[in-house]
Amino acid sequence: MAALEAYAPLIPEVILVVGALALLMYGVFRPENDREATTVTWLALAVMVVAGYAVVAAETPTRLFGGAFIDDGFARFVKLMILAGAGGALLLCFDEMRDRNAFKFELPILLLFATAGMFVMASAGDLMSLYLGLELQSLALYVVASIRRDDAKSSEAGLKYFVLGALSSGMLLYGASLLYGFAGTTSFAGIATAAAGAGAGQNLLLVFGLVFLIVGIAFKVSAVPFHMWTPDVYEGAPTPITAFLAAAPKVAAMALFVRVVTTALPGVKPQWQQIVVFLAIASMVVGALGAIGQTNVKRLMAYSSIANMGYALVPLAAGSPDGVQGVLIYMAIYIVMTLGAFACILSMRRDGGPVEDISELAGLARNNLGMAFALAMFMFSLAGIPPLAGFFAKWFAFLAAINAGLYWLAVIGVVASVVGAYYYLRVVKIMFFDEAAAPFLGIRAKEGVVMVLSLLLVLGFVAPFIASPVVEAAGVAARSLK
Amino acid sequence: MIGLGHYLTVAAFLFTIGIFGIFLNRKNVIVILMSIELMLLAVNINLVAFSSFMGELSGQIFALFVLTVAAGEAAIGLAIVVVYFRNRGTIAVEDASVMKG
Repeated sequence: MAALEAYAPLIPEVILVVGALALLMYGVFRPENDREATTVTWLALAVMVVAGYAVVAAETPTRLFGGAFIDDGFARFVKLMILAGAGGALLLCFDEMRDRNAFKFELPILLLFATAGMFVMASAGDLMSLYLGLELQSLALYVVASIRRDDAKSSEAGLKYFVLGALSSGMLLYGASLLYGFAGTTSFAGIATAAAGAGAGQNLLLVFGLVFLIVGIAFKVSAVPFHMWTPDVYEGAPTPITAFLAAAPKVAAMALFVRVVTTALPGVKPQWQQIVVFLAIASMVVGALGAIGQTNVKRLMAYSSIANMGYALVPLAAGSPDGVQGVLIYMAIYIVMTLGAFACILSMRRDGGPVEDISELAGLARNNLGMAFALAMFMFSLAGIPPLAGFFAKWFAFLAAINAGLYWLAVIGVVASVVGAYYYLRVVKIMFFDEAAAPFLGIRAKEGVVMVLSLLLVLGFVAPFIASPVVEAAGVAARSLK
Repeated sequence: MIGLGHYLTVAAFLFTIGIFGIFLNRKNVIVILMSIELMLLAVNINLVAFSSFMGELSGQIFALFVLTVAAGEAAIGLAIVVVYFRNRGTIAVEDASVMKG
């Protein structure tokens, strides 16, 4: 048993994978009926809760497999965010997927596998575990994006996601192979040692490897100019899946980004800093401008998430522990706002099925003031208007940039968020001041729960008893990163 | 004498051909799958060449992982292509444009 105890830090991942395999067996060997998918989804949520408990209950930080798997405060904070995002999105799956006739028991199982992959990404300390975690996540997500097999849009979304995702994995791998050639080892610590030497910044293997690796990760966080898959995939995938894609994988990929640049490449900070600054500016600007002409609310959310990734990259460009703390706070608030907004989007239903046009929201305040208020708050929060949570997310992000002397980056960020406020406020204007359209069907219980919880967090973040534990935990997590 | 540089050059060429195969090809999604495979194999040449010239084993282990994942990726890619074909009756890349903007 003593030999097994050394693997205790792996327990959350083991719970997720074993849980997914057990549910797969359960789903396969039970006679097919309508309740099957519902049962499996509830059990999958239970598996996530147990995994969350295992993450919290873990003991001292450890490194396993020669540093390939790192269990530290950073990984734990990120894993809890991933579970929150994945669990919230899973809760949104039930009714909507059943209505679309696509509620199969494989769906929660694939999402569990994707979550396990994201856990490995959060803990990766080696190029191999980085790649394997990323692929475990991506391969599961390609399938769930095209899970509506009878729908042309869903399969097109899956195809586009697959092709561009595979391209990005290829780029990331090429970068990984060059970094391996430079350092002679695949571990982040070994690469950091090799890159700390004088003149490392001029080494072609290192510089090209770094660029390719960052390009691969930038695809996964959908930072401009590697964002082109995002609007199509968000529009085509079933809406609960879009909510999943917008929340948890973004957190995992951003965590991977943070860990790679701060633990493997601190010696060549000037080199990656330029790239991160460029990605941040391009994402903020393109996200803000691209959203203006959109009529489909899911495409609007796609551009919104592109812009949000830009803001989350701003503190990363600072490269300091404060910056990492800013990234973590931003991502924590981002998943809450995103899940809340998607719960509202899922509630846009009429007798003929779901509607996705922004114009359908016209006059919502007169038919359903509660939903209009909730969506308005999420939009205000995404626009960064105080005292909502989104304001504090941006505040910590820009503060870290300013403390690192990146004044003009913070200025561009503020300008971009003003431009971005236009399209968020347009949604609010349509809901509150336009001629009322036909009312939506009632809000379903599970969407309502996600909506209310997110709304409470978005509104309540100004209260110290909600904000300070998050900010402090993010600070501890950021300082545990070595 | 064939040195490390030669292997890296071949791998770089294959990788570039793979990328161009994805972007310039307007006809067929299967060709894209082949291009992706080409990119991954180019990476494997890199890994094995580095590993062999440095006398360090982890590159070859990495290459085995890449091969395994590539097999899974190809299976999933083909499955998605089949689903797409059933819905649309074509796998031409230029027809994949229901969604735009």
